[in-house]
Amino acid sequence: MNGVHDMGGMHGFGPVEPEPNEPVFHAAWEGRVLAMQRAITYTGAWNIDMSRSAQEMLPAPVYLASSYYQRWALGMEQNLLGKGLVSVDELAAGHALTPAKPVKRTMTAADVSPALTRGQYARPATAPARFRLGDRVRARNIHPATHTRLPRYVRGHVGVIERIQGCHVFPDTVVTGAGENPQWLYTVVFDGRELWGEGSDPSVKVSIEAFEPYLEPA
Amino acid sequence: MQLRVRAMETVLAEKGYIDPAALDLIIEAFETRIGPHNGARVVAKAWADPAFKRRLLDDASKAIAEFGLVSRVGDHLIAVENTPQRHNMIVCTLCSCYPWEVLGLPPVWYKSAPYRSRAVSDPRGVLADFGVALPAETEIRVWDSTAETRFMVVPMRPAGTEGWSEERLADLVTRDSMIGTGQPKRPAGESS
Repeated sequence: MNGVHDMGGMHGFGPVEPEPNEPVFHAAWEGRVLAMQRAITYTGAWNIDMSRSAQEMLPAPVYLASSYYQRWALGMEQNLLGKGLVSVDELAAGHALTPAKPVKRTMTAADVSPALTRGQYARPATAPARFRLGDRVRARNIHPATHTRLPRYVRGHVGVIERIQGCHVFPDTVVTGAGENPQWLYTVVFDGRELWGEGSDPSVKVSIEAFEPYLEPA
Repeated sequence: MQLRVRAMETVLAEKGYIDPAALDLIIEAFETRIGPHNGARVVAKAWADPAFKRRLLDDASKAIAEFGLVSRVGDHLIAVENTPQRHNMIVCTLCSCYPWEVLGLPPVWYKSAPYRSRAVSDPRGVLADFGVALPAETEIRVWDSTAETRFMVVPMRPAGTEGWSEERLADLVTRDSMIGTGQPKRPAGESS
């Protein structure tokens, strides 16, 4: 979706402000949110794409005004409600009011160490790759209303296939319930001037990781 | 937010979806064991051992398996090397994807709108925010992490460190130098 989360190239957010000696968490609840997200993902209730999608669907003013972990918490609430795992009344009461829905598994203390391993998203190929290294490709001018990983700033622009990353779970179909639908994934590199115009810095090159359905021959 | 999060955790725990003891351990791992010191060891080894550097640039997931990190990497960590001709920077414009396994949790600025919006369109301006100036002819290569591949930068080894041990070299490797918004520390007494 063309949401405010798709920030590449936007103006008006001001300078980057590094924080000296930044703590890992700025409040205890941030750590709880991070850990809950990990633990709930472990139950199989949803995956990483659905987490991102829920955050992107927050109202734009809420997204922009919320911190990273606030967005995680708000997105998680939406997914918990959407999957019927909790009710609005339960979140308001701060207590369980109805029996739990069955989940695949629950993360115990003994599961934590193996569960910290990153998920695997590579999948066996079901068809040969359409593009080869060095091919010129155009990022499609598409505007799906649901979750996609094709940023607006490259759409319609021509780049070059620089790396072929194998076949991966396709986020666009995972979030609509249409399954993993694995797709070839490519690193596509764009000249800065192709993206930002002739007057822009000629020394800049930008790459994205693009799933095959995002691309067409150029 | 604190009360709202506590309410959510209580509901989830009472319904048996989560175990608070597991949450404690996850938080502890991220506060103590998973951090940029892991990436610094990787970079220091790459500086000291050319064969390892080749393996790292060829397949970072495989090359760093030997480090036995707490949070092992998935199948697609990619290490990119800075040279006098090319400077690399990592961003995720769509959310905040970051190589947690080697760098820990991302800093607030990495997740912020100013960084996500400008890193791809004005990387030299972003570098200036960090006090970094590069020659005009140096190529700036920005990697937008739009899938489950993750990137880390191998910065250039500082001059004046010939013969240093990996442990000593690792002390020079900053988190920001592995994101591409900073340079490694210089050895004491070495001027630019």
